[in-house]
Amino acid sequence: MKKLLLAAALSALATGAAWADTVRLGTEGAYPPYNFINDKGEVDGFERELGDEICKRAALDCTWVTNEWDSIIPNLVSSNYDAIIAGMSVTAERDEVIDFTNEYIPPSPSGYVGLAGGSVDVAKGIIAAQINTIQAGHVASSGATLVEFASPDETVAAVKNGEADAVLADKDFLAPIVAESGGMLAFIADDVSIGGGVALGLRESDGELKAKMNTAIDAMKADGTLNTMLVKWFKDAAPQW
Amino acid sequence: MFEICAEPRSLEGLTWLSCYLTTPKHAAMYYSILTVLGLLLAVVPPILFLGFAGALARRSKIAPVRWLGVGYTSIVRGVPDIVFFLFFPIALDQAVEYIRHKIKCADVLEPVYQGNDFVVCQAAKMPLGIADQFYHEAWGFSLAVITFAIVFGAFTANTLHGALNAVPKGQLETARAFGMSERQTFWRVHMPQMWVYALPGLSNLWMILIKATPLLFLLGVKDIVYWAKELGGMKTQVYTYAHPDWRIWYFGALLVFYLFLTWVSQRAFDRIFARASRGLSVAS
Repeated sequence: MKKLLLAAALSALATGAAWADTVRLGTEGAYPPYNFINDKGEVDGFERELGDEICKRAALDCTWVTNEWDSIIPNLVSSNYDAIIAGMSVTAERDEVIDFTNEYIPPSPSGYVGLAGGSVDVAKGIIAAQINTIQAGHVASSGATLVEFASPDETVAAVKNGEADAVLADKDFLAPIVAESGGMLAFIADDVSIGGGVALGLRESDGELKAKMNTAIDAMKADGTLNTMLVKWFKDAAPQW
Repeated sequence: MFEICAEPRSLEGLTWLSCYLTTPKHAAMYYSILTVLGLLLAVVPPILFLGFAGALARRSKIAPVRWLGVGYTSIVRGVPDIVFFLFFPIALDQAVEYIRHKIKCADVLEPVYQGNDFVVCQAAKMPLGIADQFYHEAWGFSLAVITFAIVFGAFTANTLHGALNAVPKGQLETARAFGMSERQTFWRVHMPQMWVYALPGLSNLWMILIKATPLLFLLGVKDIVYWAKELGGMKTQVYTYAHPDWRIWYFGALLVFYLFLTWVSQRAFDRIFARASRGLSVAS
């Protein structure tokens, strides 16, 4: 009887629909306007629109999953999802572990944000950055004291409550926060250019998916849809192809 | 949810708040309360099972079984929880997928481990890539239950082992003098009296378990602490309901939630303790 049950359970697992090409897109969901969870509880933002468009053009059936930033690469390589689309800049270190598609955002500057009116030397002060980002790497090598946080939101909160003198992050992420801070926050130093552009991260063994996505991204660059999307989400400061 | 909430930006005061607190995203947070309570209820039977198995194994007369019991409790108790929670579910997940890959895709020749990549065939994915998100979450939840059970089972085994030893020898000798068999002595005298010694330790473990539930997030299950952090963070105008950093309110609510849970638990344990110590003079 036990064996019968086991056999039934196994065959139930074995059958199932034919495997459609379902591609699971992994994102952080905490980095507006790149990607965030909207009030409906769904993934939203520039990368949601971009990802859906890429999947449409490449005829892929895509679903969205969120994953903490810190473990976003390990979960990709252990196949819990098939692509990272989370504002991830292309760097040499990451490229050793995973593969990147063609870039969909050109290299864009990072900015320092601190309390308005304060005088902070960003080369010596205490600077907040998100863990495992190019900005964290930059702060660590700049001579300033680095404090790392798990989520982007916490890096800004650290500046507001005085734990850090300034935060270093993508300017596109910080700009709306500064604009809506009611004069409390301001860009306090020159922008810095670190890292390459932003691309989707894929497993190195996934050459076929990479080719499909690259075709879609190149087509979107060529017909201007990507530029329109960038302007829609990043407003005036939008980087353009 | 309500019709008046169609245009959130035009709302003010209490109407805004009531619309805000009933967004689907907040519903996800309320739902996560059930996830936490569900986990707490789901892990108790396997924890007690592993606890008893471990405690009895440590008392076994057969040496290898005893070593197994001691090994299990010592190793699991010695490894930091967070390391265990990071390592074990991924290892278990990969083990399951690896076995399924070997069974279902025997004809696939490419190795499963390709450099950094762990790649199994589509049919071996657990759950399948095409499965609804619900199944992915249910699978993550199951991994969480197993991991919690193994970790807390080891602590429980140690508590029960100590409690079994704490029952006065005279009680057991008396039972034997009455002519009870080994088995009768254990079930009628040893076990019922053991609870009085085990309960304080078990109630500690239960409280720690309640507070350990946020570790769920490490396993990809979105629990109430994750949602409080996510909802409480500052929201710019890109969100429908923009607001400043409100984490203090959300974490305040969390505080009340966890205090309530521990308060109810303590009352329940007081009652269980009163019941377990009926007729015993040893417990004061």
